[in-house]
Amino acid sequence: MIQDMIAIVRDYWLLLLIGQYPNGPLGGLANTLILSALSIILAFPASILFAMARLSKSRLLRWPVTALVYFTRGVPLLMLILWSYFLVPLLTGADVPSFVTMLTTLVIYQSAFLSEVVRAGIVALGPGQMDAARALGHGYMGAMRFIILPQALYNMIPSILSTFVSTIKDTTLGYVINVPDLTFAASQVNNQLLTQPFQVFLILAIVYFIICWTLTYFANRLERRITRRRAGLLNAPAAVVTPSKIVSEQL
Amino acid sequence: MSGFDLSAILGNPEYAAMLLHGIQMTFIIYAGSWTLAMALALLLLAVRLSPFRFGDPLVAAYVSYHRNVPTLVQLMLWYFGIFTLMPNGVATWLASHNAEAIFAVIGLGLCQAAYFSEDLRSGVRSVGPGQMEAARALGHGYVSAMRFVIMPQGVRNALPPLINHSVSLFKNSSLAVVIGASELTHAVKEIENLSFRTFEIYLIGTVLYLFFSLVIMSIGAYLSMRADPARSARA
Repeated sequence: MIQDMIAIVRDYWLLLLIGQYPNGPLGGLANTLILSALSIILAFPASILFAMARLSKSRLLRWPVTALVYFTRGVPLLMLILWSYFLVPLLTGADVPSFVTMLTTLVIYQSAFLSEVVRAGIVALGPGQMDAARALGHGYMGAMRFIILPQALYNMIPSILSTFVSTIKDTTLGYVINVPDLTFAASQVNNQLLTQPFQVFLILAIVYFIICWTLTYFANRLERRITRRRAGLLNAPAAVVTPSKIVSEQL
Repeated sequence: MSGFDLSAILGNPEYAAMLLHGIQMTFIIYAGSWTLAMALALLLLAVRLSPFRFGDPLVAAYVSYHRNVPTLVQLMLWYFGIFTLMPNGVATWLASHNAEAIFAVIGLGLCQAAYFSEDLRSGVRSVGPGQMEAARALGHGYVSAMRFVIMPQGVRNALPPLINHSVSLFKNSSLAVVIGASELTHAVKEIENLSFRTFEIYLIGTVLYLFFSLVIMSIGAYLSMRADPARSARA
């Protein structure tokens, strides 16, 4: 059984790693990681804007974004993927690769979730920071830019890392619209072998586990460090609100 | 095939029946996996809370596996992998009893148990140690102190994350379509293939998911309010 798995990895490691790359589209693990990284990078600025809109006093800003967040949280990701699969080509009028479709979906989905993370980070800072910044003569945007967001985002680094982990896990759903990612590569391997599905999918699970576990581990370590540092700064070790606790209660 | 027309789907008895069957299967999978997850989560919690330490690393490994491996991969491993390893008699029996749905329940339930058990654990952990000491001082044994003093408070503390995870379990039930279970997403895709009314059927499917998610969220909000009115008023 273990020999089987070693043999599969030995024979197919290139396919699992980069798909059919030189002779076809980039795929496999590389594609999974690129897709996750791109969607987090693109979702990040959007999520800051969303969070600020949800905290703004203007209903015109607050309501549409709140509706979007509720919508995204209430509908399965799979449904959203099917929507973009059919809408993105219709709107752009071109043949869109499944990679782009999946990226669009993930960016929308993760901006909604990340905006909750950022919002929790801002709320956890407390109103005093904003009041103090305004008292020192900063305008609202200036206070956000120089006082609130740097602190909130620093505190939220662990939660952002966890969102990255869930993005990696979510990319597997691209399988449904044939995004050539790691899951897709594994099912190709399975189709070629036919006789060892358990071994193939166990390898798949192990690879995902190693990547996500490593990231989770770093997120936890960072979280402890940031909490300690904040406790030191605030001089009140017992009463620190960890932002990620607020998030985990909300999400 | 022109214009927006919901009645083309809802008015067609065949499509309406497919949708209803899909909703029914989604709820069967949801109810099954929720029950399995909660039962297993309580078991995992009991192991974690017991004074014997040797179960801890096992539970930690279980939670870690289910949190760090994508749910879809877990379902694939069950349905494409473990199913094929089963002895012939069991496999044929399962195949004739809607194996897709059974494995969806097993896969989703085992995975969700990890999340539920962590929610419950942090809920129980936030009950102060004084509660246990006080209960013991009043003459409760360990089990009865757990049953009457610690757990009611712990579960109440854990309600908000439990509700969130119940909603995500409902949404995750759509993943069962990948292993071929005939639930709501499956019905939506089938009807799309038959009717070519992509926009209308996706809209119906989305509204249904959104509606049921909101229903589960409201039930959850109602339960939290009942369990702890003061805290809900603050939130």
